Amino acid sequence: MWISKTIFNHFKSRLNFTPNYAPLSLLSPRRFASTIAQNPSTFNSIHDANQQVIDFPGGTVKFIPEMRFISETSPKRIPCYRVLDDDGQPLANNFVQVSEEVAVRMYSNMVTLQIMDTIFYEAQRQGRISFYATTIGEEAINIASAAALTREDVIFPQYREPGPLLWRGFTLQEIAHQCFSNKYDNGKGRQMPIHYGSNKHNYFTVASTVATQVPHAVGAAYSLKMDKKDACSITYFGDGGSSEGDFHAALNFAAVMEAPVIFLCRNNGWAISTPTSDQFRSDGVVVKGQAYGVRSIRVDGNDALAIYNAVQAAREMAISEERPVLIEALTYRVGHHSTSDDSTKYRPANEIEWWRLARDPVARFRKWIERNGWWNDMAESELRNSLRQQLLHSIQVAENIEKPPIEDIFNDVYDVPPSNLREQEQWVKDTIKKHPLDYPENISA
Amino acid sequence: MATLFQGLPSSTAFSSSNKFNHAPAPTSFSERKSSIVTVRSDARWSPVLNSATHKPQRLITNAVATKADSSLASTSSKPGHELLLFEALREGLEEEMERDPCVCVMGEDVGHYGGSYKVTKGLATKFGDLRVLDTPIAENSFTGMGIGAAMTGLRPIIEGMNMGFLLLAFNQISNNCGMLHYTSGGQFKIPVVIRGPGGVGRQLGAEHSQRLESYFQSIPGIQMVACSTPYNAKGLMKAAIRSENPVILFEHVLLYNLKDRIPDEEYVLSLEEAEMVRPGEHVTILTYSRMRYHVMQAAKTLVNKGYDPEVIDIRSLKPFDLHTIGKSVKKTHRVLIVEECMRTGGIGASLTAAITENFNDDLDAPIVCLSSQDVPTPYAGTLEEWTVVQPAQIVTAVEQLCQ
Repeated sequence: MWISKTIFNHFKSRLNFTPNYAPLSLLSPRRFASTIAQNPSTFNSIHDANQQVIDFPGGTVKFIPEMRFISETSPKRIPCYRVLDDDGQPLANNFVQVSEEVAVRMYSNMVTLQIMDTIFYEAQRQGRISFYATTIGEEAINIASAAALTREDVIFPQYREPGPLLWRGFTLQEIAHQCFSNKYDNGKGRQMPIHYGSNKHNYFTVASTVATQVPHAVGAAYSLKMDKKDACSITYFGDGGSSEGDFHAALNFAAVMEAPVIFLCRNNGWAISTPTSDQFRSDGVVVKGQAYGVRSIRVDGNDALAIYNAVQAAREMAISEERPVLIEALTYRVGHHSTSDDSTKYRPANEIEWWRLARDPVARFRKWIERNGWWNDMAESELRNSLRQQLLHSIQVAENIEKPPIEDIFNDVYDVPPSNLREQEQWVKDTIKKHPLDYPENISA
Repeated sequence: MATLFQGLPSSTAFSSSNKFNHAPAPTSFSERKSSIVTVRSDARWSPVLNSATHKPQRLITNAVATKADSSLASTSSKPGHELLLFEALREGLEEEMERDPCVCVMGEDVGHYGGSYKVTKGLATKFGDLRVLDTPIAENSFTGMGIGAAMTGLRPIIEGMNMGFLLLAFNQISNNCGMLHYTSGGQFKIPVVIRGPGGVGRQLGAEHSQRLESYFQSIPGIQMVACSTPYNAKGLMKAAIRSENPVILFEHVLLYNLKDRIPDEEYVLSLEEAEMVRPGEHVTILTYSRMRYHVMQAAKTLVNKGYDPEVIDIRSLKPFDLHTIGKSVKKTHRVLIVEECMRTGGIGASLTAAITENFNDDLDAPIVCLSSQDVPTPYAGTLEEWTVVQPAQIVTAVEQLCQ
């Protein structure tokens, strides 16, 4: 965009050429500049210190007589931003300070996420729910990113980000209702466990499809921009998700449309069993940003303060400058892909253990808040015990609640059920009445 | 492509329904010709054929109706105004965009270029670049963008430059557009309209001759309608935009230059209703989109031969208007379906099943379904013509059905 503006201003001053066009609206300078570029009669190649330059559509380029291929890799990888070291010590003082209240809240939520994952995973193993996917190892990304946003920012998750929901006040009981798909699930029992969604928390329902949410976020950002809201959209996806076509098109669109969206890639090293070396050959995901004209940064995903700082800055840029921002958060998927996966089959168990213990983002942040005097062992054990109790109770409650009624098979397919669906509903109800023993008891007909 | 009027022996209107006869149609050949003929896409004028000199035995096909279609259900006595079908679509679009600031358009070349078929011409200048958005070429993703925007409160109209390109958007349409209202428990709605030209054109090649209604009809959560006249084009466009559900509006490449008179006052049609084109007694012919015109042409011949076909343009492809269709079947007891879809898995196949299930007792004969063959549409003109159902085949089918 700035290139076109430069050409435009260049010509405006050099050639005394005042174009006859509508006031500079959102997109017209770019359109106009590209048509200038195609018209050879208004300029010739400009000599600029022995280097020839010419305008192709898109802007001026310099000529060089040497054939120079751009290397497929940089000599150095893009460096990674971090605030706290592995021991929870700040590396410098140039970061946005987080108040005690916010820090403790962040930490509590990270612990909540950790314990919630452990208990629900166990519940699946016990056969109480059919499926679960943990976020172990990625708690900092989950909570710190949410903490840096406002409630008005809309979230488009992949499926490994329940943290923002917890941050925004979604209760553990509501989580349990969704995982048990009972009648209190606000998704009405229609989605697999962990596919949360909540309108009032501005958290869009998880769809199992990979990376389809990325263009959704761009569309939402476009909508927010049209309504001139002081809000952005944020979307999460993994290293694997960045291979999908939707990712590339969405970044491209967001740049072209100047949409206020934050793309947060959780590069956790694994897409089920596919390591990143088999996923892409670029230097991770951060370098793809520049290819699409998107500002980007690489962050230590296990450093809660780094994530907090980066997302806050990105949000500011996205909204005030009306631009997309790409954040690549490097991390490690400590858990299995899901309860349907046993990752020890494709990666060494000791690698997993090392990341679980030595690089735990929760423990790291704990060290920082303890050093500040905001936390101690007693608070820790109180919190963990209380959470365990809460979770076990939530699960017990959710397990015993009725499943959604038969009508919920047929509602919400459309705004109003059409006649064919009402017929089908009646048929199901009649069948259940005729053969009640063939159907589970805890569905109401 | 060309929408060339080729002379029909008679200059009267298609047999009109008695109910809706009003202003006499223009009767002179040249008058009609001047309103319809356009330049072929290869920039050559097709000679106005007096085709009798070419192939005397061939029933001349006409892709496009030639004058005021008397199925115009406008009961108003006002004259209304004349326009082409693509202009009617634009009028509907423009009215809705004026009425509701949340309505926006996105697609390839819809902005200053005005759209490949000029449906959005002038809208970008009027409403701004942000409401008429030019997208990069990534159908799945701009459909996804539209879905995200819809969930956040806008009402986008997503244009596929050709329906066939929306095959790339199938993932977003099926897994998200049709599904998210349901899987979110009704929390997020997706009031998008997905529209574009489809169907077999004039030698556009197989990839640009897709009939996507076949593939999409199974997706739960979406509605599908097909327009065929300027009147229903505008009415269905407006209804689709106002609907809270995702609606796919199927237009046809060869019908864009259809001219007709539509009312001046505002009107919105129902998305779930079929259109009675010609009431009759002997046989129910169900059709939609371009095939309506082939059917009406065949109807002329059939009337001359003494048959009284009832022609219904089903318009609503999902769900079917089984009420109107049922009434007709109960009256005539014979059904012929004429569609452009392939034989396998098309709209006709579903319609056959639906009618058989619901009205089997009212049928005196098995349902006959005329469809395109299960082949990709060839480019060569003669071959292409034979993959599309022609009026002669319709006439033969009715004669056989009514034996």
